[in-house]
Amino acid sequence: MKFNRWIAILFMLAGTYTNCVNAASLLVGKSQQYKLIQQAINAAKAGDTILVSPGVYKEQTIVINKTIFLIGIQYPIIDGEHTYQIISIKANNVLVKGFKLMHSGTSSLIDIAGIKVYDAKNVVIEDNFLEDTFFGIFLQGATNCTIKNNNLKAYAKTDQQSANGIHCWKCDSLYIIGNTVTGHRDGIYFEFVTHSLIWRNRSFKNSRYGLHFMFSHNDAYIANIFQKNSAGVSVMFTHGVKMFNNVFEDNWGDGCYGIFLKEITDSHISGNTFLRNTTGIFFEGATRIVVEKNTFIKNGWAAKIQANSIQNTISNNNFLANSFDIATNGSLVENTFNKNYWDKYEGYDLNKDGFGDVPYHPVSMFSMIVAENPTTMILFRSFMATLFDKTEKILPSLTPENLVDKLPYMKPLRL
Amino acid sequence: MIKIIKYVMADILRNKIIIAYTIFLLVIGMSVFNLEDNTTKGLLSLLNIVLIVVPLVCIIFSTIYVYNSAEFVELLVSQPLQRKHIWLSLFCGIALALVLAFFIGIGLPVLLYSFSATGIILVAVGLMLTVIFVAIAMLAAVKTRDKAKGIGIAVLLWLYFSLLFDGLILFILFQFSDYPLENFMLFLSTLNPVDIGRIFILLKMDVSALMGYTGAIFQNFFGTLPGMITATIVMLLWMVLPLYFSLRIFNRKDL
Repeated sequence: MKFNRWIAILFMLAGTYTNCVNAASLLVGKSQQYKLIQQAINAAKAGDTILVSPGVYKEQTIVINKTIFLIGIQYPIIDGEHTYQIISIKANNVLVKGFKLMHSGTSSLIDIAGIKVYDAKNVVIEDNFLEDTFFGIFLQGATNCTIKNNNLKAYAKTDQQSANGIHCWKCDSLYIIGNTVTGHRDGIYFEFVTHSLIWRNRSFKNSRYGLHFMFSHNDAYIANIFQKNSAGVSVMFTHGVKMFNNVFEDNWGDGCYGIFLKEITDSHISGNTFLRNTTGIFFEGATRIVVEKNTFIKNGWAAKIQANSIQNTISNNNFLANSFDIATNGSLVENTFNKNYWDKYEGYDLNKDGFGDVPYHPVSMFSMIVAENPTTMILFRSFMATLFDKTEKILPSLTPENLVDKLPYMKPLRL
Repeated sequence: MIKIIKYVMADILRNKIIIAYTIFLLVIGMSVFNLEDNTTKGLLSLLNIVLIVVPLVCIIFSTIYVYNSAEFVELLVSQPLQRKHIWLSLFCGIALALVLAFFIGIGLPVLLYSFSATGIILVAVGLMLTVIFVAIAMLAAVKTRDKAKGIGIAVLLWLYFSLLFDGLILFILFQFSDYPLENFMLFLSTLNPVDIGRIFILLKMDVSALMGYTGAIFQNFFGTLPGMITATIVMLLWMVLPLYFSLRIFNRKDL
């Protein structure tokens, strides 16, 4: 489906090109007809192409208010002089490609961005470098837009002084593909965005979330890499999110999660890798989520599931070398754990069907103690902690009895 | 002095118990890595050996050895030798022999199968704990004349360091859970060499889990160079101080 739609867009764009056979090419540069990009835009008709020669352009805010194709040759630099928004797009079917945008203004009052799209359709922003911008690419009320292969870099010092890399608000059918975002507040931010695809992006070392979802239903994020963001990835108040084949890596800290799920329903987490996070997945008020075919390696806690999460299914995952597999905060468990591989499992398989004959309890006694009193972490792996865990295995008293995998795999799954 | 060390070492290395100990460690060290394809799990099993078995064997073996060589020590004292040299040679002999046993038994398999930062730290901690518990054993042995009582004290000390102390910490943590105890815990953990060793290894093995709020405090202390140096100095103090006190007692002791 998604792929077909993507092809449809290509054809549509191609269509626009062929329709505009009579469209002119306007040249901008020191030795060209137009010295400033804005002059060329003002002179252009809808459907024209503006080619910008290399150089540095300082012309406050460039406003694109008609359908044009703005293309940079060898990445001309457009400088916002630490004061202005750099490009404003207020028309449909606009292309912005091949620029280097630097030093936008910052403001806590208005949202200044490198490129901002106002209520437009079919805009393509492709192959640009954005450096030291406040918001990077800001889409507001945009439909069917493509943000592709851009490279965004900011130097966020505090959450207040920085803003999001790719910020989308009240949009529909967006394609965010192959971008790299670093040093912003949130790498990619979605609020009220529906039916959109986030694919093959890399978001790392942002000062808050690598990816931030709020009220954004029926979106998919696939094959992205999220590394070393100071709070990981957060998906909140949303339903119908598909999270496939992403990598969540090195998100370290107390409030820091591979994925933080808050008030999420009917979503699907599949094929992801969680590597060295303090907490792989944190469930809070999450309902009807399927977690399958994921790999959890060397996390502090592979998953923390609050007791207010219900009807989630965790199956066919690999849990390898995590300090704790699962932690929870209550005795009520309304979630299903089934057919996972747990490397801490010590059971046997007499009937050789590949599943252990003894159920596995993924919550250890000591993880309950740590949940209650975090400082006890200092006693982790001590003789006493081991004794606690062993006695709890024989005589369960503190750990939730029905948080159990009845069919644990004997060998790791090939994922 | 070197002559006495040589003699003590030769005596110990011929000892069946120390050979059995080496073979036991070697069998465990090899089998743990051969049975598991996951070296982290192997290191985890060895962690329990290093923190529990090594101190137990070291403290009991050394205590018994010191008592058994009482006559040899008396003989040496009658010779024109300083008491200090006699006692230190005895210590060096036992410690070197046990260090050698540990290095062959655990060090070699770890270096062969899991040559990583975690593995190296595990071996280093094991070596330090070996020496520390020999020093503690010397103190226990010189303090009491009665052999049975001395061995009893050694066992109790081991129990204290590997179990009771942690129980005490857990008790304090839950009794005073309303107070910020992190820095106090940092101080308390230095009172037990087994705990310092364990935290050293945790910082490599479970660094993700330790990055939670409380853990981050330990990481900030032990994970930095000054913290590492401080912790290592504390470990060295745990070797030197018991030895020093035992030496003082031995110097004045009426044999």
